Amino acid sequence: MARIFAYIVHRSGVPDDSAAELAAAAKKIDATAQTTAIVTGQGPDLDNVCSAVRSSFAEVWKIANDALAHLNAELIRKALVKVLPPGSIVLVAHEHFGIDLAPGLSVKLNAAYVSDVLGTDAIEGNHLKIVRQEFGGQVSSHVRCDISSGAVLTIRPGAFRPQQNAALNGNILDKSGEIGSLTAGRRYLQTIAAEAGDVDITKHAILVSIGRGIQEKDNVGIAQDLADALDAAVSCSRPVVDAKWLEKSRQVGSSGKTVKPKVYLACGISGSFQHLAGIKGNPFIVAINKNPKAPIFQVADVGIVDDILEFLPELTSKVREVRGIPAK
Amino acid sequence: MWESIESVVPLSSWLTPGRTLFLFIHLLGVVCFAYIVARRLVPLIRSQRDPRFDRPLARAGKVLKFWLGQWKHPRYKVAGTLHILIFAGFILLAARAFSVLIIGVSPNFVMPGFAGNSGRWYEAATDYAATVVFLCMIFAIVRRLVFKPARYGVPAQFGKAHTADAIFLLALIAILMVADSLFEGAKAAAQAQQGQLAELTTVLSLPWMFKTALANSSIPLLGTLYFSAYLLHEVTFYFLLCYRPFGIQFHVETSLFNIYFSKLDKSTLKPVKWGVSDEQLGDLKSFGVKTFEDFTWKHILDFYSCADCGRCSDNCPANAVGRPLSPRFISIKARDYAFRHYPMFGHTGNGQPLVGSIYSPDEIWSCTTCGACEAECPLLLEYIDKIVDMRRGMVDDGNVPQSLQKPLKALESRGNPYGKLEKKRADWASTKEFQKICPVKTLDGKGGAENLYFVDSITSYDDRMQSIGRATARILDHVGEDFGILGAAEKDSGHEVRRFGEETLFTALRDHNADAIRSCGAKRIVTADPHAYNALKHDYKDVPPVEHISQVIARGVKSGKIQFNPAENRDSVYTYHDPCYLGRHNGIYDDPRAVLDAIPGLKRVEMKRSRDRSFCCGGGGLMLFYEPKEDQRMGVKRVQMAAEAGANVIVTACPFCMVNIEDAIKVAGLEGKMTAIDLAELADKQIAREGAVAEAASVAEAQQESVAGG
Amino acid sequence: MEILVCVRRVPDTSENEITLNGAGNDIERDELVYSINEPDNYAVEEALQVAARVGGKVTVVTVGGEEDEEILRREMAMGANEGALITDAAFEGSDGRGIASILKAFVQKGNYDLVLTGVQAEDGGAQVGGMLAAMLDYPFASLVNSIEVLDGKKLKISREIEGGNKEISEIDLPCVLSIQTGINEPRYVGMRGIRAVASVPISNYGVAELSLDAGAVGAAAAKVKRLDYFVPALSKGAEMLAGSREENVERLAELLAAKGGLK
Repeated sequence: MARIFAYIVHRSGVPDDSAAELAAAAKKIDATAQTTAIVTGQGPDLDNVCSAVRSSFAEVWKIANDALAHLNAELIRKALVKVLPPGSIVLVAHEHFGIDLAPGLSVKLNAAYVSDVLGTDAIEGNHLKIVRQEFGGQVSSHVRCDISSGAVLTIRPGAFRPQQNAALNGNILDKSGEIGSLTAGRRYLQTIAAEAGDVDITKHAILVSIGRGIQEKDNVGIAQDLADALDAAVSCSRPVVDAKWLEKSRQVGSSGKTVKPKVYLACGISGSFQHLAGIKGNPFIVAINKNPKAPIFQVADVGIVDDILEFLPELTSKVREVRGIPAK
Repeated sequence: MWESIESVVPLSSWLTPGRTLFLFIHLLGVVCFAYIVARRLVPLIRSQRDPRFDRPLARAGKVLKFWLGQWKHPRYKVAGTLHILIFAGFILLAARAFSVLIIGVSPNFVMPGFAGNSGRWYEAATDYAATVVFLCMIFAIVRRLVFKPARYGVPAQFGKAHTADAIFLLALIAILMVADSLFEGAKAAAQAQQGQLAELTTVLSLPWMFKTALANSSIPLLGTLYFSAYLLHEVTFYFLLCYRPFGIQFHVETSLFNIYFSKLDKSTLKPVKWGVSDEQLGDLKSFGVKTFEDFTWKHILDFYSCADCGRCSDNCPANAVGRPLSPRFISIKARDYAFRHYPMFGHTGNGQPLVGSIYSPDEIWSCTTCGACEAECPLLLEYIDKIVDMRRGMVDDGNVPQSLQKPLKALESRGNPYGKLEKKRADWASTKEFQKICPVKTLDGKGGAENLYFVDSITSYDDRMQSIGRATARILDHVGEDFGILGAAEKDSGHEVRRFGEETLFTALRDHNADAIRSCGAKRIVTADPHAYNALKHDYKDVPPVEHISQVIARGVKSGKIQFNPAENRDSVYTYHDPCYLGRHNGIYDDPRAVLDAIPGLKRVEMKRSRDRSFCCGGGGLMLFYEPKEDQRMGVKRVQMAAEAGANVIVTACPFCMVNIEDAIKVAGLEGKMTAIDLAELADKQIAREGAVAEAASVAEAQQESVAGG
Repeated sequence: MEILVCVRRVPDTSENEITLNGAGNDIERDELVYSINEPDNYAVEEALQVAARVGGKVTVVTVGGEEDEEILRREMAMGANEGALITDAAFEGSDGRGIASILKAFVQKGNYDLVLTGVQAEDGGAQVGGMLAAMLDYPFASLVNSIEVLDGKKLKISREIEGGNKEISEIDLPCVLSIQTGINEPRYVGMRGIRAVASVPISNYGVAELSLDAGAVGAAAAKVKRLDYFVPALSKGAEMLAGSREENVERLAELLAAKGGLK
């Protein structure tokens, strides 16, 4: 059977939440597989990550090199190509780095490529049947992937639930010597942090989040009123930022902030995966949307089909009543 | 020189010593003026054609009404009165000024027809005219310096104040009057002393005052004064004549022409290029106004004629809410551009794009085409055509705000700005409940009808506005009109598409709709959407005549076909908001009011700004997608006006007004205190129906309300 | 600078309702309106702006059939100098890797300094750019939201990463970049502009012109095949509140209180 590898992204010595999810995905693909985690980087941070992921993986390959201090998909690909056995199945999280690394990696490994995997059956012979979505999540599809020469799969964060009883205690192997020298046509210069807004949405327990359904800048006040009544903050999806109705610092999603609130009110948000990717920690999600078929209703705990421009002010009045807050 | 005047000498010869000087000044003045005017004509020659030479009688009529009759001036009482007096004075003084000028060269000149008694009456009249003009100048100067009417102010982004220049000109005219009066007064004083038949100086007029003051002055002094006054008069006259074309006073010369050549077909839009048919449009290299020379000669004449009175901007709703647009400065900036790039000497024109230099894109996109500026301008300047032309230029260059690109794209693919499916366009009429009480037939060739109800996009797709559609259908049904709709074959009327400069897309929509309309065989069109009404009336050719639903209801009321139940809520005070495209652009003010007044017990008040002074709600069509930079919503200002008038229900007759006003009620914090209703909805609600029909109607109403969200 | 932008014609996201067809195995395609993939449009605008800044030529290319010419024309109306349609029956059924190989052959026929694609299309693959770069051995960067030309040999680019942060890198030319939406404000293309380019010739390229091995493309070579479309049964899904607005507000307030939202 093909070996399964999971590339682990990490920050400041802490592995990304997706690490355990990749292990779970690997289990789904092949219940008997001894999955190997691959971690690149340098210094003590790298060592910490390797120790941290041992519990979820049978083996951990550590690749240390100064050139790998920053995530550079070009260099990492070169390293992986040197160490990966032919016909491997490689799992990467489908986010900024995965999108950068995985397609090119599949070409260099001469392996099949499927992105944004939501679900999968177990391997059958040389094939893998995978579930994906298209059209912004409006339809799903089954895809058959020929894995006879391996595969590179990017896995949607949150699609596979990490197993609770993982205590594998994998060996850490140092593969740093096998990668040779690393150069690439792309060189990291620096990271520029996003401008800090007045509100840090990652620190709020309740978020009133608005999407395109708010329709225009002036209506943002409707959401702010509700947020004020709930002691919450207003956040939003990407289209609201693109339209310049709110600053970038308010954006929840894969290209915005990752939030872990207790309660998330998704108002007029369709529920594209890039947005949902920014919501972690399994909060209580309330979805209010005019469109009963909006994908958000699949992930929400409570759904209401209504026009947020009409519904929110009424909810605000009710909340004020319950909390004893006078109207403005 | 004056020694010779010691003796009694014919006064007319007092000027003779200066004859050469005066002649020289005449020639210099006339030549300079001719040269200046010729230079001012250069950009007109370089500009685009504009056929304004037809229908001379109608044009002459406008001159009589707006130029001679100063028709628009009384809209601002103080300034209007002042100007009417000044204008009347100038007209009256014209012959006198001419005579005075000639006298310096030909001492015995008398204007033909002004000899004898008529001459005396004329003298009396001009004495007073000069006095009145003088007093008006003083009043105007004081008004500028002390009272400073807000509309004369120049916001910082438009440059320095114009006060100094204004006062300079006012002072010069005052000096002209003084010079003329002194000229007459000195002569009359001398004549009186010499026992000659004194020329009449009418009591308490300026000349009379001079005559009285100089009654005992010596003849030599009088001679000096006479000569000096004459010289002053001539110099001031010619200075003014040559200075006027350098500023707003040029309107003195250009106003007659500007009004003669003004637009006769109100509410029509200028084609992309006069003389270029629709089929030839594809051959044009460029659409719209990009450089100054892309304007037509009449537009440039407009810029020359702007008197900087500020009435347009004072009434412009975009200006009132802090958008970057001020119509007055559209004219003034363009005029300044013309002066700068077409100077008296030297190189002319530089072909730079106007948008991005003297105008900003937002300035041009901010206009809702409400027409308040054009309704107000006493010189009949045209603004909408210029804005649309500049938008055409921006669209041609791809310079369209992102917020407008999506709806334009949707209009192209789906025939409506929302991107909704064509086949769902008639869904508003085909709900089961509605079908039962008012089946609406689709005119798709299998059956025709006398009347076509043109619904247009917002009423078809917006779930709030769909109730206007249903109300309209039920009214047509009630008055027994045989009608149908085009359904999926109907596309957006394209009214705003055209006014936002996308002429090609508009033409495609128009041609599609016109074909569908002609094929359906209807003899009349009715609509509840004033924008669609305006498009079908003025932008579309060869389609049946169109009416607005308010006209149908008013007719029904008059004929007795429509009877209303009394108004239910005795505490409601209604006010009618005139939609721009129903009222100001198409003159339909009274029918909607007649409908409201026919509802027994309905209390109605008028807002201060009503009829052709109505304040735009914020605009319709594509304007609903544009994201302007503004301090406040126009709709919010409007609902505040309604509250000020004592109303708590705003009635309007346009779905776009409804969107903006209902929105504004929330934003202004007046929810629960103010509501809005469409005229058709209100009429439909109040129509007295009989028996089963009435019951079914009230059931449908309840269902409509729950669908619309209560 | 010679810039190539790979574009794709897709069902327009905001002007269509995506539903399953009657048979339940594909989406209903009857009344779809198509337009250029939105990120690709941003890529073309970026190419035009770069070419305007440093001088150059922009070519747009797509793999498809006759019906795809319309988006090439639209981008040419926007300002692209040339349009190329890669079409051949042999290409049908290609997976992402197949498309990338086809584009690779096209790129190698030309002399492009910079190749741009949109970050992803409606199928969410986000793969062609990265694959193309690896096949050509060109450096690659995805999610690019800013391009600065340093000199004829390299660019300074910004990539969008988590938290709205930007990762700044230097990248050698020739390279491949996948462009994220919001990088610029694409100019408007109206009907008039499109009509003006309605008859401009668009070169077609097939297997022969590109010297491709037909066995490497098309359905037979595809390693990934879509089997169907479906709408999953709302397994988990939300508890839908179905009362009147007032009732829903009440119930929601109760739920929020239970979750600690209304202290």
